[in-house]
Amino acid sequence: MNLELTDEQSFLRDAAREALSRVKTVAAAREALEDPAALPDLWPTAREAGWAGLLVSEDNGGAGLSAFEAMLVMAEAGRVLAGIELLGHLPASSLLDAAGDSRVAAVAEGDLRACFVAAQPPGDLERRWTVEPPSGSVRVDAPVLASDGTLRGRVAWVPDAPGADVFVVVATSADGEPVAVAVDADDVSVERAVRYDATRSLGHVSFEGAAGVLLEGVGAPELARAWFLAQSLLAAESLGAVETALAVSVAYAKERFTFGRAIGSYQAVKHSLVEVLRLRENTYALLLYAGWAYMDKPDEFALAASAARSSAGHALDYASRAMISVHGGIGATWEHDAPLFFRRAQLSRRLLGGVGDATDRVASELLSAA
Amino acid sequence: MDLNDTPEQVHYRAKVRAWLHEHKDEAPAAQGEDDAAYVQARRAWQGKLATAGLAGVTWPVELGGQGLGPIEHVIVGQEIVRAGVPDILDVIGVGMLGPTIIAHGSAEQKNRYLGPMLHGDEVWCQLFSEPAAGSDLAAVQARAVLQDDGSWRLSGQKVWTTNAHFAAHGLLLARTDADVPKHKGLTMFIVPMDAAGITIRGLRQISGEAEFNEVFFDDVRLDADAVVGGVGNGWGTALTTLMFERLTIGLGSESLGYQAERYAAAIATDEHARLDPEVRRRLGELCVQLLAVKFTGYRMLSALQQGQIPGPEAGLAKVTTVRAAIDAGDLIADVLGPDALDAESEWAYMISFLPGLKSAGGTEEILRNTIGERVLGLPPEPRLDKGIPFSELRAKERAGVAAT
Repeated sequence: MNLELTDEQSFLRDAAREALSRVKTVAAAREALEDPAALPDLWPTAREAGWAGLLVSEDNGGAGLSAFEAMLVMAEAGRVLAGIELLGHLPASSLLDAAGDSRVAAVAEGDLRACFVAAQPPGDLERRWTVEPPSGSVRVDAPVLASDGTLRGRVAWVPDAPGADVFVVVATSADGEPVAVAVDADDVSVERAVRYDATRSLGHVSFEGAAGVLLEGVGAPELARAWFLAQSLLAAESLGAVETALAVSVAYAKERFTFGRAIGSYQAVKHSLVEVLRLRENTYALLLYAGWAYMDKPDEFALAASAARSSAGHALDYASRAMISVHGGIGATWEHDAPLFFRRAQLSRRLLGGVGDATDRVASELLSAA
Repeated sequence: MDLNDTPEQVHYRAKVRAWLHEHKDEAPAAQGEDDAAYVQARRAWQGKLATAGLAGVTWPVELGGQGLGPIEHVIVGQEIVRAGVPDILDVIGVGMLGPTIIAHGSAEQKNRYLGPMLHGDEVWCQLFSEPAAGSDLAAVQARAVLQDDGSWRLSGQKVWTTNAHFAAHGLLLARTDADVPKHKGLTMFIVPMDAAGITIRGLRQISGEAEFNEVFFDDVRLDADAVVGGVGNGWGTALTTLMFERLTIGLGSESLGYQAERYAAAIATDEHARLDPEVRRRLGELCVQLLAVKFTGYRMLSALQQGQIPGPEAGLAKVTTVRAAIDAGDLIADVLGPDALDAESEWAYMISFLPGLKSAGGTEEILRNTIGERVLGLPPEPRLDKGIPFSELRAKERAGVAAT
């Protein structure tokens, strides 16, 4: 048994931390709330570091790494609230790779940026493949691929849709089977949705008779795997943000004094920060589970990734609130970074089915196996 | 990332499995009545496990152990669960007290006590906690006074003593000098449980069962060679035991049965509940926690395999396990109704057991203090007991009570 990071994994993580430290991403996250143009374009960084091809096989020009390595990079991005379009790109790249699509080499290089237009796989309650509605709690049908090869449908809140070059869309075919369709940006209408967390690029995506290329050899198992890959990447990104929130809060609890002693010596503060640590440790353990299941235990990947997503969502929610509380009133103002982590937590937990659906999926998987 | 056994571990596991397969018919039931006959059967089974090398796996070879690592210890534990046979009876002795004697005991003590302990011929109990010294263990008041002939006279009370009613010996932390600060005036002793002046009384828990005892000492005579690790060194000796306690709990958690799959199976039998969104949310949330604990356990094993010793943060897994299991008991009882609380139910014992488990091995609050200070590096609470002789501290405490 060995769950320690390998030398290669440590190197990947350290290199990601180093590369992202050259850009003032947290400051940009604040500025971009008023001026979206202030957000730095980190795609060149991703290209240079080879993250675009992380999950593409070596035969197709990628690095041929696995989900856990992608999670390590996502955690580093989350740590500094960096807005890199990997949540959309990585699952899409793995599907293009599986299908051997002609664009995969350019996608692996980062010359083309891909966007995964995800659909949630059926569970024991919901039998359809569903996507996010523009508002409300009722999920809607995935786009439909007609027999003439045209794609119709609308998907809201798609991560990293604005500016993508190629969209990998989960749709249902005329006979009701789930399929993956690659669509060029020219054929897609993307309405940019800048909301709450300015570092999170989101778009409402519409297909009105778009010409799609059916990805061969990609069926329900691969599409489900891509959905749960996205869940685990989002979880990893949240883990990174939790770690920063904890470190900043702990540092302040040591240096801020009230009634003659450091506030970190009070149990109320100390126990709250230990709770953040507990949720952090749980989430990291579940990311290991997800990374292991992705490679060696495919039957458990849905459970592992959903558990990681659920744990990470709760962890970041708690950590960002604790960060605000520990810092007192200033923590709730723009003078401090805490609101940026809070905004990140609030929006992240509601994307891609939300933390609620992930938690339900954990129950669903366990009940179905019982 | 690798959860598989190494080739050596595959070989070791196969060997263990083969022995258990061959001998499992000789084992008593995994659970039994708390009577003398069952205890005797469990002791005999421990003897067989020890002879086969399946007890004291991590003990040094020259002291009767196998000289192997924690991974092999865990493999044996997993195979014992798999075979459906009971583990050794004296987990506290072999897992915690024996290793303390190995670390701090004299050559004579090792020769005299370790063999019979390992084979279940003599069961041991841990005499540390007191009614007023639990999380603050260094506040023990049981008093051992040195006599002119070099022997000691012991008086006081211990509590939460598992197995005391059939133990041959106990490892006891006593105050031998009240005129120095509290951590300094302590000494560890080996106590023969059949000595004159010892009274043992069962302590019934919520479930009605008495798994713990109170033990009273009234002027009990201890020989000079009963001291373990030197007079005045009791605190350091106790820390060794507590380190092994953490390890024993951490590595043994799989056999507690607090598992996501088991709780899901209970809910799955109810056709209505399994479709109820609120039930599913509660089940999902608690199972997320239990799955996290399972992989935290693997992380701990992995760290041990790399030669690291688990730090205090390992205690967080206990916090998570107990909380999630409490939530599971609540949810299952909400779904099944009062039936779940019936003595015959699979769940009543667990529901009754968990509130106490929350404080076992240190309360959740003291764990959070320790982890906050040792792992996060947060400053400690101001302490009123630092550097003050224990006798003076007690006088202050009494004055404080009188003033209210």
